[in-house]
Amino acid sequence: MTYLAKPKLHHPSLQPNKLGFTRRDYEGSISTLCAGCGHDSISAALIQACYQLDLPPHRIAKLSGIGCSSKTPTYFLGASHGFNSVHGRMPSVLTGANLANRDLIYLGVSGDGDSASIGLGQFAHLMRRGVNMLYIVENNGVYGLTKGQFSATSDRGSKSKKGVVNTDEAIDMVALALQLGATYVGRSFSGDKTQLVPLIEGALLHKGTAFIDCISPCVAFNNHAGSTKSFDYVREHNEAVNFLDVITPRAEITAEYAPGTVEEVVQHDGSVLRLRKLAGDYHVNDRLAAQRFLQEHQADGEIVTGLIYVDPDPEDLHAHIKTVPTPLQKLAERDLCPGSAALHKLNAGLR
Amino acid sequence: MQPITSTNDFVVKFANVNGSGSASANQLFAKSIIRMGVPVAPRNIFPSNIQGLPTWYEVRVSEAGWMGARAGVDLMVAMNPQTWTQDVASILPGGYLFYDSSKPMPKSKFRDDVNVIGVPLTEICNRTYTDPRQRQLFKNIIYVGALSALLDIEIGVLETLIGEQFKGKDKLIQPNIHALHLGRDYALANLTCPLGLKVRRSDRVGDRISIEGNAAAGLGAVYGGATVCAWYPITPSTSLAEAFTKYCQKFRVDPETGENKFAIVQAEDELASIGMVIGAAWNGSRAFTATSGPGISLMQEFLGLAYFAEVPAVIFDVQRTGPSTGMPTRSQQCDVMSCAYASHGDTKHVLLFPEDPHECFTMGAQAFDLADRLQTPIFVLLDLDIGMNERLCAPLQWDDSRQYDRGKIMTYEALEAGKDFGRYLDVDGDGIPYRTYPGTHPSRGAFFTRGSSKDRYAKYTEDAAAYRDNMDRLLVKFETAKELVPHPVEKKAKTATSVGAIYYGSTSPAMGEAAHLLGEDGIPVDLMRVRGFPFHDDVVAFIEAHDQVFVVEQNRDAQLRGLIINECGIDPAKLVPVLHYDGTPVTATAIAGQITARLRPSIQQRLKKEAVA
Repeated sequence: MTYLAKPKLHHPSLQPNKLGFTRRDYEGSISTLCAGCGHDSISAALIQACYQLDLPPHRIAKLSGIGCSSKTPTYFLGASHGFNSVHGRMPSVLTGANLANRDLIYLGVSGDGDSASIGLGQFAHLMRRGVNMLYIVENNGVYGLTKGQFSATSDRGSKSKKGVVNTDEAIDMVALALQLGATYVGRSFSGDKTQLVPLIEGALLHKGTAFIDCISPCVAFNNHAGSTKSFDYVREHNEAVNFLDVITPRAEITAEYAPGTVEEVVQHDGSVLRLRKLAGDYHVNDRLAAQRFLQEHQADGEIVTGLIYVDPDPEDLHAHIKTVPTPLQKLAERDLCPGSAALHKLNAGLR
Repeated sequence: MQPITSTNDFVVKFANVNGSGSASANQLFAKSIIRMGVPVAPRNIFPSNIQGLPTWYEVRVSEAGWMGARAGVDLMVAMNPQTWTQDVASILPGGYLFYDSSKPMPKSKFRDDVNVIGVPLTEICNRTYTDPRQRQLFKNIIYVGALSALLDIEIGVLETLIGEQFKGKDKLIQPNIHALHLGRDYALANLTCPLGLKVRRSDRVGDRISIEGNAAAGLGAVYGGATVCAWYPITPSTSLAEAFTKYCQKFRVDPETGENKFAIVQAEDELASIGMVIGAAWNGSRAFTATSGPGISLMQEFLGLAYFAEVPAVIFDVQRTGPSTGMPTRSQQCDVMSCAYASHGDTKHVLLFPEDPHECFTMGAQAFDLADRLQTPIFVLLDLDIGMNERLCAPLQWDDSRQYDRGKIMTYEALEAGKDFGRYLDVDGDGIPYRTYPGTHPSRGAFFTRGSSKDRYAKYTEDAAAYRDNMDRLLVKFETAKELVPHPVEKKAKTATSVGAIYYGSTSPAMGEAAHLLGEDGIPVDLMRVRGFPFHDDVVAFIEAHDQVFVVEQNRDAQLRGLIINECGIDPAKLVPVLHYDGTPVTATAIAGQITARLRPSIQQRLKKEAVA
């Protein structure tokens, strides 16, 4: 039940971060998802990323749509404002929220039904606009709450638990995000926390639209032989292009790597994305090459994961529409109301 | 044939081709009469089309100040061969037909009971101009010049207006004035001027201004402190969002940095528009969308969320005829029900009904205070008739001491002081809880907003009692809204009467005139103009104080009447619908006719009884 709060007591040895918060301060209520659900691992990764980045929990706004994935914001960041909106419409609500207050950190949580089916339009238009946020799709290829129907990200040929073979072509959210202009695009797997946590960290520090497609097997309805979103299948076909370390501007750089194996990307805020390259000459700043790489590997039945594309210096929606640096929600009468003298002049021009 | 003679009281209708540049010439004509101190109500009648289809511009000149539409045309300026037959047919007997006489027309095309005035407009243009576009544009100014002579409009006024119109593009002033004189001189030299119809200088306009309702509403949103506008283009609401944009660019750009104190997003559809509005308002901005009926249909799910999660939102609905695509460029008051009860489940929404651009401005600004105070969607219901036509109205006013009412906001200080915060907790009996803006306090005041049921502290619950507790509190809040929305305006007849009429929005000018006609005809009617929903207690009192109450509205299904019956528990037999729903603006005679038809039998019966006694 989502209203079950976790006990406040915690182990005295828990380490506080630079803000004095422990990992527990980034948690939420007890999850009501199925035991072993990939989504809970993603929640845990989000908690760890926010804790490690020393983000003040109350400065994060978490928004979602409807579905299993969209329930998860209740299970992390209990000190943050959350908004469980309507099915497939998180992007518009988050866009509005972002317009009102550009100072918060925006986390949009969605699923494959929520973003690839009912919300595909809103997903696309958010990517186009460059809303500064992390958009994470917890992708299990199946409708869980309504008990196992295929979603739009189910691969053609994938078999449902009841034995039905999917005949529709799958929508690849990463390919769409790349085409539509997202400036930070990654894919990961809920079962690979070492890859997922830094990918989330980099996305949270990114000052543009960051999109992560996180494959998250549904233990209840999509984890059987014949499914292309099962734990086993994803592990077997995972083709990681790189492994990421995120170094915040304040952090000391300690690790050393063999020359030629590391690519560093400095983001706008000074954070460094250190990519340990796994896939030969893959360049993470080349949108066209990324699209090509993705298509080729997909044709070979591989699931490309890692940081697939990043523009280290993106322009976000606020830059496009030239809003003032002060959050719009902080502006008051003196900023907003032209007053009676201006109205008097307008009246005179209308006679 | 007796030609119509009338001074300062007639209807001129221009029949044009869409996209031919006639609009500004026609506006010049209307404005010149207003500048002579004579009230004018102009109306565009236009197709859903960019170029080529017929369009009309109707100018009602009324020294008495009647701003409603009037049936019948006194002077037809027939510039569109496509619609010639119907245009000629619409002229009142004894009226006037103004046409381009460059090419001879067979006698069968005219009427014997109409005065025909031919001006060879094309010939004059072809003689004077070589450029085809100039020939077209100046033709419009030439007919305005001819009309100025025929109707005795002061030429100086027209010249001044042209000077104002092309201020900054001074090169255009002289050619336009020249064209004006071409027409005027032709008429003076070749026609009997003036006609039986005449404009005579008066002082009946006063300090009134002319503005479209959409522009006034957009300006109201600027004054009301809206910072986020998310919208999707749809006739007839598009010009509202465009007006907001224009006024923001005028008033809300930081002069030093060039940065904007507003955010306007043209969304991908109406669902996204309302979603952005809800997101922005949840996050503490004043936000709105502008749309029309089809947009309201699309927004239903989100509107239920905003009602149930109690998020402020302002929706300007500029109504057009439905259902479906209906007639997108024609006017109706047909979204009353779909707005009042928008979305699935038990929902009720606050509605405001402006009567003219002046109220579009005031209510447009007020809607944001109401949305914040009541934490719920507020609908401002305009329609095409007031939204897209320039209407004479009282000048816009603003009190500089006015502060925005941001409603019940729990601040950092209150949270820090340990004040109990329950997002859905009614602490003072008005049904309105406190809210916090996201990011207010590091450890207190955060809550989860959701469309599913919750308890007073915003915790998810499926508990029956908690659900009902919340739904009942929403009713208390709706009761609170009754006093906060603009109160109805009552106007008593000169003599005591048991007959009343309720009306709202753009029906206002026609209703006022109808009551005048009825009064002259011995049928006094008390009037009540409803300005908001939920209905104020005065509405019920008005109905109780009269034996028979007509509910006058511009839709087929008597939507406001239904709403009154449903919400106020009124006996339907007491409320007589007076309806007009063909897409044209309602006229006084249509209203008075329906009311008379209903009342005459009883009056005759009463007279009979009295005679027997």
